[in-house]
Amino acid sequence: MSGKTLSEKIIGEHCGREVKAGEVVIVDVDLSYVQDGTGPLTVRRMKEMGLEKAYDPQKTIFFLDHASPSPRMELSNDHEFLRDFARKTGSILSDVGNGISHHNSIEKYACPGDIIVGADSHTCTNGALGAFGTGMGSTDVAAAIALGKTWMKVPETYLVEVNGRLPKGVYSKDIILHLIGTISANGATYKALEFTGDTIKNMSTAGRSTIANMSVEAGAKAGIFPPDEETRNFLKAMGREEAFRELKSDEDAGFEKRIEIKADELEPLIACPHLVDNVKKISEIGRVKVDEVFIGTSCNGRLEDLHIAASILKGHTINPNVRVIVTPASRLVYMEALRDGTIETFMNAGALFTASGCGACDGVHLGILGDGEVCLATQPRNFKGRMGDPDSFIYLGNPAVAAATALTGEISDPREVM
Amino acid sequence: MGKAWKFGDSISTDLIAPGRYFHLRSNLPELAKHVLEPARPEFASQVHAGDFVVAGENFGLGSSREHAPTIIKIAGVKAVLARSFARIFYRNCINIGLPAITCNTEEIEEGDELELDMQKGVVRNRTKGTELEFPPLPPIMNRILEEGGLVAFIKAHKNLEI
Ligand code: SF4
Repeated sequence: MSGKTLSEKIIGEHCGREVKAGEVVIVDVDLSYVQDGTGPLTVRRMKEMGLEKAYDPQKTIFFLDHASPSPRMELSNDHEFLRDFARKTGSILSDVGNGISHHNSIEKYACPGDIIVGADSHTCTNGALGAFGTGMGSTDVAAAIALGKTWMKVPETYLVEVNGRLPKGVYSKDIILHLIGTISANGATYKALEFTGDTIKNMSTAGRSTIANMSVEAGAKAGIFPPDEETRNFLKAMGREEAFRELKSDEDAGFEKRIEIKADELEPLIACPHLVDNVKKISEIGRVKVDEVFIGTSCNGRLEDLHIAASILKGHTINPNVRVIVTPASRLVYMEALRDGTIETFMNAGALFTASGCGACDGVHLGILGDGEVCLATQPRNFKGRMGDPDSFIYLGNPAVAAATALTGEISDPREVM
Repeated sequence: MGKAWKFGDSISTDLIAPGRYFHLRSNLPELAKHVLEPARPEFASQVHAGDFVVAGENFGLGSSREHAPTIIKIAGVKAVLARSFARIFYRNCINIGLPAITCNTEEIEEGDELELDMQKGVVRNRTKGTELEFPPLPPIMNRILEEGGLVAFIKAHKNLEI
């Protein structure tokens, strides 16, 4: 019998027997969470099920991050509804200002080997720590909160091996954009992506989070990194080294496909409107003037991302025709950026720094685009209407591209200003 | 029987339940007035109960918002037919009791009269006089759909079971 993939091992541990890709199983869930866009419906579904208790309140989290703080009455009422339910069930409430669910999860809650379900498609971000995180809808998460279980099909795995040194101006964002551009937005539907290779081994947890986050943009159910020394060090820095455990696929595991990426051959990439797999090399996109640059999100709102952008902006002033919005992923990222002067660098350059949360990414507030406007964003999605206006245009790039673009007012290659 | 509304490939949840109506998520009947608005602005006001949404590849990609299939259902749509579906959207459809049918939608044209036979696993195109077969759902999803969705399923069984 051949060996097991990381996903098969984790899922097997959660249903008490060995499993193989393709089987449908019921698994115990280690962590269930919702956000303010999906949470109210989750709570209503729990009420409809007649199950108004959390199976394990300490493993249930209500994040208020999508409209944080609330820009309108209806959403304030939704927030109150969620706060009230969190209180009644004794669940964890992560209130406005604490930041994005997935990044908070990585900082405080997720452990290697966990199964995590979230009513948010980017729950796969937890894969950066070696957790099997997957996004589901409100009703599925309602069941997971109430029963502590969910059902799933054990996914086949695509092994993505990345080797080589990333060139200057090229980051983990470009690795995942390259992958999505190559296999397409449904190239990995139902599959788990597992990342390995020396580029990955040398990559920070922040860099891994960007890749894990965007795995869903290739359709994947999970995007997972074997927890290693970097994971241990990250958890230690977060004050929870005891959560660490080593886990990896067996040498003879059955991978459905192997994909190789040569990091040293990559250049900065851009996902052009209106689909994430519409990926082009920055040298091929021509002149694109922008109105807004947005740096942040569950994809690229970590301290490392802010540092990349700030190092380019330092001592310079942004182009007067562009507004630059920077939104840290979490309260901790905000505090660190405050302490180490990163916020000052952004402010001196003429950028705007907001409270932590999803910010402009979901088209709710803090940077909604207008008719015909163009944005270069570090977020994971560029669908038509995503940032609030169906007549606007969203280009996606890495944080260095965002900073270079902020200086020139048109999508720019960071290698020219670094 | 209902009429086909044709959509293209890659219809994202941002096109189905636009983020700019985020504040209407706790008011689903209002949100449903904007269903698929950026893709076909006339859809919400002209769709009839029993009509079909017919699309190409990767229908429902993007966010996990269950509001997307829910407002398609509230609008009266009988089923969504597509060549392929995004994973979360597909599972959400079944959970809320909206049939999501994977089939070759190429030959269906705008306005064709369609009939869905879940038992036999066919879509009948009354306009063209043809039948389109589709594969059965995985057993667990079939049970959930037959019992009226995941809420009804859990109410009945008080648990998840395969
Ligand atoms: S930052 Fe954007 S992509 Fe990430 S969880 Fe928030 S809305 Fe979703």
